[in-house]
Amino acid sequence: MTPALALFVREWRVARRIGGGASVGVVFFLILVAVMPFALGPDLNLLARLGPAILWIAALLATLLGLDRLFQADHDDGSLDLLVNGSLPLEVVVLVKCAAHWTASALPLVVLSPLFGLMLAMAPLPLALVAATLAAGTPALTMIGAIGAALTVSLRRGGLLMAILVLPLTIPVLIFGVAAASAASGGSAPFRSPFLILCALSLAAVAGAPFAAAAALRQVRE
Amino acid sequence: MRLRAWDLTIERGGRRVIGGLSFEAPAGLGLIVTGPNGAGKTSLLRALAGFLPIEAGGFALDGGDSERTVGEQAHYLGHADGVKAALTAGENLAFAAAMLGGDSSRSAQLAALAGLGLSHVIDFPARLLSAGQRRRVALARLLVAQRPLWLLDEPTTALDAAAQGALAAIMRAHLEDGGILIAAAHAPLGLADAQELRLGAAREAAA
Repeated sequence: MTPALALFVREWRVARRIGGGASVGVVFFLILVAVMPFALGPDLNLLARLGPAILWIAALLATLLGLDRLFQADHDDGSLDLLVNGSLPLEVVVLVKCAAHWTASALPLVVLSPLFGLMLAMAPLPLALVAATLAAGTPALTMIGAIGAALTVSLRRGGLLMAILVLPLTIPVLIFGVAAASAASGGSAPFRSPFLILCALSLAAVAGAPFAAAAALRQVRE
Repeated sequence: MRLRAWDLTIERGGRRVIGGLSFEAPAGLGLIVTGPNGAGKTSLLRALAGFLPIEAGGFALDGGDSERTVGEQAHYLGHADGVKAALTAGENLAFAAAMLGGDSSRSAQLAALAGLGLSHVIDFPARLLSAGQRRRVALARLLVAQRPLWLLDEPTTALDAAAQGALAAIMRAHLEDGGILIAAAHAPLGLADAQELRLGAAREAAA
């Protein structure tokens, strides 16, 4: 088994087993979306118009929720030492860990978002578009979050600080994600251009964030 | 092959833990780092593994692979032993072997665990193992991947007498193969001709 594949398999196993926390994000997502109609009232037109924004905010918070343990769990039990002195560059370690984290906790959220959108009285086309924008945008959220997770790796209760550090950086992703998603349900912008910008944000984050997170891990960890 | 360190100075949190330390660890002879609590044993081992920055001086692995850092040619085993509680002993070893450039086959895992008298727990989740058993799973990592330099921080913690004997046998085999061993310890490790590096002696004399 190659080192990268071994790391991916190990991350996936840890996430799926008891205490791994892969399902925390999905459950939190479900809770937020399910509570919204009770708070906003039974106005179906209003719910359908707010639907994309609600799904995106829920996805953003759910993604951040699971990320604070991304490196901290390895830091606490000492296996980060293994990763640092292993045969993979730390940048690749970050990328593989993020890929595994995205597959285990963000991908279920993307797949289930049309189902949850039904609770918000959304039509089929907006549902499909929201799922597409989430698939294109959540990699950027995971990668940007990884930088915050790396910076707060040695702090107890670092999750709050991480959210404060990371949330401003995720605002562009949120803006273009919601803009693209609400295009079908009467938004002001067309679908294509915000969706392409969203893809560009994700690609830039995938390319740049591993270097930032690896540099942070080298600096902060002592 | 030997590990050479010169004028090594390490600071942690603004406090000088180790100042101007020079030593040599030749292949085949173990080097036991001793000293009172807080003398800098763990800091020294973590600096050699590349986890802590050094203020001055340096260290090098003569005869090692010049393409890789000293840390990438070393096994480091510290107080946090790097065993994932959610994975089985075998999965932990398979991952360590793949990551550290070793043999990740099941037979290699069984052989490594057998060397520490633990082959019956290969499919047990690590969270169900006792502290000593977890420690032995971590030590089995030394056997599934071949690395010339071993940096062990109090390796006998939580081990019973039989396991300490097995560990001594593993360390002797590593030294006979021409490996380098640097271990921090309070108790003797069962290595007859090991050299001793005592830290903190100068500070005691000054106090």
